[in-house]
Amino acid sequence: MRFDKNDEYRKMMKSTHSNFLPLQLFFLVTLRVLIGWHFLYEGLVKLTNPDWSSVGYLLDSKGFMAGFFHSLTFKPAMLHTVDFLNEWGLILIGLGLILGIFTQYSTLAGILLLALYYLSHPPFPGLTFSVPAEGSYLIVNKTLIEMAALIVLYLFPTGNKLGLDILFTSTGKKKNG
Amino acid sequence: MDEKKNQPVEGQPENTDRKKLNRRDVLKSIATIPVIGVFAWSYYKKKKGERLIKRMIRDELGMEYAPPVFNTKPVSGKKIRLGIIGFGIRGPQELKAAGFVHPTWIDEVREAAEKNPQDKRYQDFMEQEDLNIVFNGVCDVFDIHAQKAIETAANDKREGSEGKPSHKVKRYRTYKELLAAKDIDAVLIATPDHWHAPITIEAARHGKHVYCEKPMTWNVPETYVVRDEVKKSGIVFQLGHQGRQTESYIKAREAVEKNLLGPINLIEVTTNRNSPNGAWVYPINPKASQKNIDWRQFIGQAPWHEFDLKRFFRWRCWWDYGTGLSGDLFTHEYDAINQILNVGIPYSATSSGGIYYFKDGRTVPDVQHEVFEFPDHNFTLMYSASLASDKNRGKVLMGHDGYMELGSTLNIYADRESTRYKELIQKGVIVPSRPIYSYTPGRKNTDAITTATEQYFAGRGLLYTYRGGKRVDTTHLHIKEWLESIRNGTQPSCNIDRGFEEAITNQMGTIALREGRKVLWDPEKEKII
Repeated sequence: MRFDKNDEYRKMMKSTHSNFLPLQLFFLVTLRVLIGWHFLYEGLVKLTNPDWSSVGYLLDSKGFMAGFFHSLTFKPAMLHTVDFLNEWGLILIGLGLILGIFTQYSTLAGILLLALYYLSHPPFPGLTFSVPAEGSYLIVNKTLIEMAALIVLYLFPTGNKLGLDILFTSTGKKKNG
Repeated sequence: MDEKKNQPVEGQPENTDRKKLNRRDVLKSIATIPVIGVFAWSYYKKKKGERLIKRMIRDELGMEYAPPVFNTKPVSGKKIRLGIIGFGIRGPQELKAAGFVHPTWIDEVREAAEKNPQDKRYQDFMEQEDLNIVFNGVCDVFDIHAQKAIETAANDKREGSEGKPSHKVKRYRTYKELLAAKDIDAVLIATPDHWHAPITIEAARHGKHVYCEKPMTWNVPETYVVRDEVKKSGIVFQLGHQGRQTESYIKAREAVEKNLLGPINLIEVTTNRNSPNGAWVYPINPKASQKNIDWRQFIGQAPWHEFDLKRFFRWRCWWDYGTGLSGDLFTHEYDAINQILNVGIPYSATSSGGIYYFKDGRTVPDVQHEVFEFPDHNFTLMYSASLASDKNRGKVLMGHDGYMELGSTLNIYADRESTRYKELIQKGVIVPSRPIYSYTPGRKNTDAITTATEQYFAGRGLLYTYRGGKRVDTTHLHIKEWLESIRNGTQPSCNIDRGFEEAITNQMGTIALREGRKVLWDPEKEKII
């Protein structure tokens, strides 16, 4: 793989053929599916619990972005929207990653969501949260790592090589003619 | 499959201008769909366990997940004319719950809400239901408190300093004068403990309805008189255990009735405080002096003592005026248990404790334990209190099949050795470390199993205030219930009989502590022995 030329990168993004070695492709897709599974389950748990709301999580936010996250809870309508977007965002991103459909959009949305989670509860020294972390973290936590993994997946797209995106790419107009 | 055929040579631009899909592309496009199948199957398996627990709780045991149904009718009938006696700490809180605050408080919370939209004190208060009452008289032995009471009671329109008093509220120098007033139908009593009974008795004799702070009485003999006078007069009496209105307690009662815990054999209730304020070391008003405090009236039936500001402002620290941990704090715990289990008066009480941390001249212990036996119910009620450690030990009801942790939320866990839940525990459906039932007030619904995260938030009072209605003050509901009982001629939830049980029980504990002996109750003769 070479990324020294932009157009080559663009070609790779669009191509249904893999530039990856089979094992590389296999593990990139595995990573995509695993993260997708995680998103999908988190979303479904929230959706199927009629009492779930992000209010407690948002109010527990600390750090330099806390004011923003707290402000999301001020109006019931706003909170309702946040809950809705979070539930369905997680589910759709999860499905997108597992099935490889709208993969790049799903990946970007996933990165955004994880960035928000990370910034709302940054594992910085001196900050403590109502929910203790299940492990020990200093600045780097699993949310940040998952986000970095999604960035890698964005740069090494696989939806159009193993996934439903193939259907869209292949039936499209003549490209690169 | 021949992998190499369609595999481009690495590094070479591949062909993207194909017009139609070949079979291989289709296979590659749907390659990950089986993952969804695996996901759905494992999701179903996981949910099935939760459904099994829910079905057992709801269908077999009949325990509802929905919140209890309350009478939410707005207040009706005629305006009730009130007086308040005692305006120290609890008095202003009661008046606020009744819909009256000092104008300066409005100024303060209105400004706070402008600065910080999260501060909902102003909004909550303004939205609190109007109880259709008017305050015509106030009484306090301290001039500064009496003046505050007048200004608060006259603030009908819930205005700040810019408003004007809606009517003239009369200050009475003595409670007797207030109770004799013709323009007062009912009174709130928020005095020190040693005044509760004399004022209630006098009120009953004047036919004035009473809302009295806990504990109901200060000593044993007056307890009988209070009960007799209240019953004889037919007034509506409500004792100030506002926990009667707490949703989770109401659900706890339902859970016990539906036998979710099996036979209950031990109940632990606790007090865990660790601050001067929590230990009754209240601030002393710097303007207070012998000139503006009617010290003789404050003393009342208590043993005489020279004027002492500490005793006036921190009266809870002395047996002369207060009732110690048993009367002040155990009574709330006891009433919660009495509400849930109708326990009544115990067979016996033992107690021990001491002044171990707050060595400030007080006579009441800051650490105390009480053990009450209820052989008719086959359980022990244990109270354990410290005013110098805030490790929260909560309230726990322990049964053979499960235990219940009760606070603002309610969680029920199955016991590892339970008979009832044995099968589901063996199947791995019920995990003893996770609640089989949990209830968080203020939520539209409840869930058999919620996530650890949710449990954590709920237990810390970060509740779902924006869903399923508004946040309401329990004291407001308790006063409202009393007023509605006056209007409809019904009995409120913490009536004179419940009050009698509360008073006798907490005093059995106090006697056991102070006399260092086991104290018994003779239910036939209704006597402490």
